[in-house]
Amino acid sequence: MPIITVEHLRKTYGSVVAVDDVSLEVERGEVFGVLGPNGAGKTTLVECLTGLRVPDAGAVRVLGLDPRVDRAAVRERVGVQLQQSALPAKLRVREALDLYASFYAEPADVGELVEALDLAEVLDRAFGALSGGQRQRLSVALALVGRPEIAVLDELTTGLDPQSRRHTWQLVERVRDRGVTVVLVTHFMEEAERLCDRLVLIDGGRVVASGTPDALAAGVAGGTRMRFRTSSPVADGVLSDLASVRSVGTDGDHLVVEGTGEVVTDVVLALDAVGLRPRDVTVRSATLEDAFLVLTGHGIRPVEEEGEAR
Amino acid sequence: MTGIARTTTAPAVPRGALRRLVLTEARLTVREPVGLVWGVAMPVVLVVVFGNIGVFREPIPGAGGLTLFDAYAPVLVLVSLAMLGLVGLPVPLASYRELGVLRRMSTTPVPPSRLLAAQLVVNLAAAAVAVVLIALVGIVLLGMAPPRQWVGFLVTVVLTAVCLFSLGLCVAAVARTGRSAAAIGNALFFPLAFFAGLWLPQPAMPDVLRTISELAPTGAAVAALTATMTGDLPSAQSLLLLVAYSAVFSVVAVRTFRWE
Repeated sequence: MPIITVEHLRKTYGSVVAVDDVSLEVERGEVFGVLGPNGAGKTTLVECLTGLRVPDAGAVRVLGLDPRVDRAAVRERVGVQLQQSALPAKLRVREALDLYASFYAEPADVGELVEALDLAEVLDRAFGALSGGQRQRLSVALALVGRPEIAVLDELTTGLDPQSRRHTWQLVERVRDRGVTVVLVTHFMEEAERLCDRLVLIDGGRVVASGTPDALAAGVAGGTRMRFRTSSPVADGVLSDLASVRSVGTDGDHLVVEGTGEVVTDVVLALDAVGLRPRDVTVRSATLEDAFLVLTGHGIRPVEEEGEAR
Repeated sequence: MTGIARTTTAPAVPRGALRRLVLTEARLTVREPVGLVWGVAMPVVLVVVFGNIGVFREPIPGAGGLTLFDAYAPVLVLVSLAMLGLVGLPVPLASYRELGVLRRMSTTPVPPSRLLAAQLVVNLAAAAVAVVLIALVGIVLLGMAPPRQWVGFLVTVVLTAVCLFSLGLCVAAVARTGRSAAAIGNALFFPLAFFAGLWLPQPAMPDVLRTISELAPTGAAVAALTATMTGDLPSAQSLLLLVAYSAVFSVVAVRTFRWE
């Protein structure tokens, strides 16, 4: 049974449709990604999951409960790290952890959490004196302090430098390893690719695609593309008859083969069977970013320069 | 499936949570002591200053034997309540909303209303400390006249606190940031302190000004407190005005306050 079910969720603010007919299912123990550009409706979706917003239409079940009706029970069992949610500047890390631990009936062991999130050195430091990465770790710790079954992490790495971002990714993996189901909201493709078992792509409040990151990238954006040349021409059919090959083309004296995951191995073996070796091989796998571009017709990040007018 | 094993009925807010919230807010208030400096320390310092100025110790003609020093006791109580209610209370609340602290709390089993309650407890406790210190320093050390109708005095103090703290919640409701809450709170404080008689005590005010003053929430409170100093009961007009102001401010605060 899915741990979270969303069916035909719709939420509008005045005439603005923030979330439009969104359906999804999250399985226990997975890292589920909600990926999309800023303003796609991700945060509204998360707010409906946690009972902070009342949907206009549709059904939300979290742990079998309705977040609006069973608010207290859902809050006890779902930990949330909200985007841009700070703490009082003079509040110390230890005090924040003890305070939020006191909110839950069965809190986590604060000492163990401090160790897991690498907060021991800053326990007596005030929130205002923490670095961005330290604040994020504290924020994750506060989301976990109630020993939740589900952790919702909204834009966890926005504003972090690349190194802190990588540390935070390890952190998410550690959270998952504790058996917590993670709903990861992000607009970073790389982050979703690296962390998510499954994800939904959201654009303009709608789900435009869902699946595993690899399947999405491969299925939507052409999968793997292999470019090489051979010492002598390849006979028609040698490559195009392979099951994993979708298309064969030329680019100058190079061959360009597109196909699914196994295409590289299949091509190399097929060439070997006719006594040829591929040279100058380059392989490029489609990314989520490619998939997103194909699906929506625009990039996930705001386009800085549109280039020359077409 | 640990989730199924756990109870699905709504768990009550853990008992330790409220105590810890109050403790935490008290610590934060001490670390950022603007409200304490202006709402507790300053009125007590003024008691000491006024108690040592010769002319303040002369009886005011036609004021039932009260000296100017005695007449300032209710004013300084008002200054304390107004500072704590209009600045001490709303500034942290507005900045908690601005920072997303209230939003974060609304994802936990403890609703953000408990944080508001903790702030009320801390600032009311500070007000109680201020009143006790003003009384101790003034009456015990400097020979200020104690209120002869002390029950009436205490009832009026409580009513005044309710009135000014609900006005403070209106400030917290309207202000988008901690900074603007401080600006609004101070902008309200000065006219209210004036009508309380901080610069010109009511007995020394010209009649017209005094009449206007007694219609303002702080002026009505000072008039009621001053009556109790000479052993009278507060006038019905003063008390009813305080109740009416409290009702209006509370309704406005409840209607306009937003958690995010």
